[in-house]
Amino acid sequence: MSENTIQAKVRANPKFAELVGKRTRFAIILSLVVLLPYYSFMFFVSTQPQMFAAKLGDAGIVTIGWPVAALIIIGGWLLTGVYVSRANGEFDRLTEEVLKEARK
Amino acid sequence: MKRSLYALIAGSLLAVSFSVLAAGGAIEGVEKQPINVSAIAMFMVFVLATLGITKWAAGKTKTTADFYTAGGGITGFQNGLAIAGDYMSAATLLGITSMVYFKGYDGFVYAVCFFIGWPIILFLIAERLRNLGKFTFADIASYRLDQGRIRTFAAIGSLTVVCFYLIVQMVGAGQLIQLLFGLEYNTAVAVVGILMMVYVTFGGMTATTWVQIIKACLLLGGGISLMLLTLSQFGWSLDNLFTKAIESHKLGEKLMMPGSLMADPVSAFSLSLGLLFGTAGLPHIMMRFFTVPNAKEARKSVFYATGFIGLFFLVTIVLGAGAISIVGTNPAFFEGGQVGGKIIGGGNMPVMHLAKAVGGDVFLGFLSAVAFATILAVVSGLALAGASAISHDLYARVIKKGNATSQQEMKVTRYASVGLGITAILLGIAFKDQNVLFLVALAFGVASSVNFPVLILSMYWKGLTTRGALFGGIAGLISSVGLVILSPTVWVKIFGNPAAIFPYDHPAIVSMTLAFFVTWLFSVTDKSARAAAEKEAYEEQYIRAQTGLGAAGAHAH
Repeated sequence: MSENTIQAKVRANPKFAELVGKRTRFAIILSLVVLLPYYSFMFFVSTQPQMFAAKLGDAGIVTIGWPVAALIIIGGWLLTGVYVSRANGEFDRLTEEVLKEARK
Repeated sequence: MKRSLYALIAGSLLAVSFSVLAAGGAIEGVEKQPINVSAIAMFMVFVLATLGITKWAAGKTKTTADFYTAGGGITGFQNGLAIAGDYMSAATLLGITSMVYFKGYDGFVYAVCFFIGWPIILFLIAERLRNLGKFTFADIASYRLDQGRIRTFAAIGSLTVVCFYLIVQMVGAGQLIQLLFGLEYNTAVAVVGILMMVYVTFGGMTATTWVQIIKACLLLGGGISLMLLTLSQFGWSLDNLFTKAIESHKLGEKLMMPGSLMADPVSAFSLSLGLLFGTAGLPHIMMRFFTVPNAKEARKSVFYATGFIGLFFLVTIVLGAGAISIVGTNPAFFEGGQVGGKIIGGGNMPVMHLAKAVGGDVFLGFLSAVAFATILAVVSGLALAGASAISHDLYARVIKKGNATSQQEMKVTRYASVGLGITAILLGIAFKDQNVLFLVALAFGVASSVNFPVLILSMYWKGLTTRGALFGGIAGLISSVGLVILSPTVWVKIFGNPAAIFPYDHPAIVSMTLAFFVTWLFSVTDKSARAAAEKEAYEEQYIRAQTGLGAAGAHAH
């Protein structure tokens, strides 16, 4: 079977549309979950620095700026985990099905 | 081949030992420190181990696929460590700790900017990159566009970034090693260049990957040990650490909140754009995605890499903050013993002094050796990316139009690696005593305004044509380089003009926008038959990008 027929079959398979739609949406949502807090953070850092001066707890010395920045890093990493687990599970299963059905 | 490998290994070892002897005989200059025997001994262990690996890798490197991508047989975890190794340079360790040391919270914001590109690379780029590419990023840019012109341009983009980055690393290597090991600047640069040539020329991607992995483990291990030693000085309490830091820093309470670094929102935005998308346009980073067998492993590698890089950044923040009270109040670390004056060895040294203060001379030696190893690993990755742009893109695809044999291509690759090594040594010596910080802005400016737009648009936008990509790329290249020249760092500090023509140090906000706009404009107005065929070809590329159908797999051994 030629590459062209396999491709046409992949394209015609509704599962392919499902895969691409789901994965694209998921990637965009996760990107926004990373970028919106990040750019808000950058915006407030440069325009409202005193916002980050509030102390943690009553007797504390550490300002809220530190855990917020740490959270952006840790949260960004955890989100990569979320993406990888769904992409390597659900999405890859769908991909395999699409390819298998196209090669039939 | 084998005999010449032994000869080169022996030669480079001799060079190292000779330079030690030579430096021992003649110690002059203000900056240079006495020979640090334990540091050099530990570094020699690293060099011997990595040369052993290179010998093993040379036996496995038979085809171009072995050379460029280690045969595609690296696992996601290994590749994740190697990517982290590529990204965590000595400049990262020294630069971020020193920024926290001097500016407090601003340093943390800077680290966040350097980190944030990674999740985005995973979500938008990693798997398409793996599915479409084979050896270099130009494979993807020229997938359905004109091979000759787009591949040439992408290769030039890669080489430009590689050269800027190499200069930064070589100059940093020379300064750091002269300070930590007591070697001559030129000797240090030559040692780095020669070892880099040996790793890349003989061991290709396999050796480079393992050098990166070992270095990443050493750097993470060294950083974490230093953090634990530091925390133990403060009774394991961050509150205590910060209280002491505020007491001993001239900024006082201001240390704990954003300061001058990000005070201009436009400048901060331009910096963050450049770092975010520049990371995705670094050729040596992109190349690492082709070393894993499939998209699944490519995703895993970003997950691991992001974790290691994030962890490393958090560790460096603690180190910088700890150094404020430990290093900042100890007269032994200041020139003439004047606390608050000039730090011995310059502003990048707080973390090294911290190592000495909490771990003694042996730990300082260890961290120095790690820093040397780090530079070596980063330049090797850069040289490999540069060599493949020359041999795979320019020679095999453009000049020979795909008709070069594997042996011919390998030969060119090795010559290219040696050529790059020599170039790096010469540039490193030429830029001695220069402020090379602007080159970082240049590297990220070109990566985000030349490499990134063509990469992302070729993968995501059906309407991209050769004409659009070419004009957009040229616009990005000219504007990013031009604006850095007109920026405060170069126009005022280097050329000595009274005021900068372009007010921001990072050009991405203008140059990247311009590159995207010009690419779009010249693509949509392109009504040629070629343009129509290129849009037609998007369909096949799209299915391959999404499913991996027809993607290059792992190569059997």
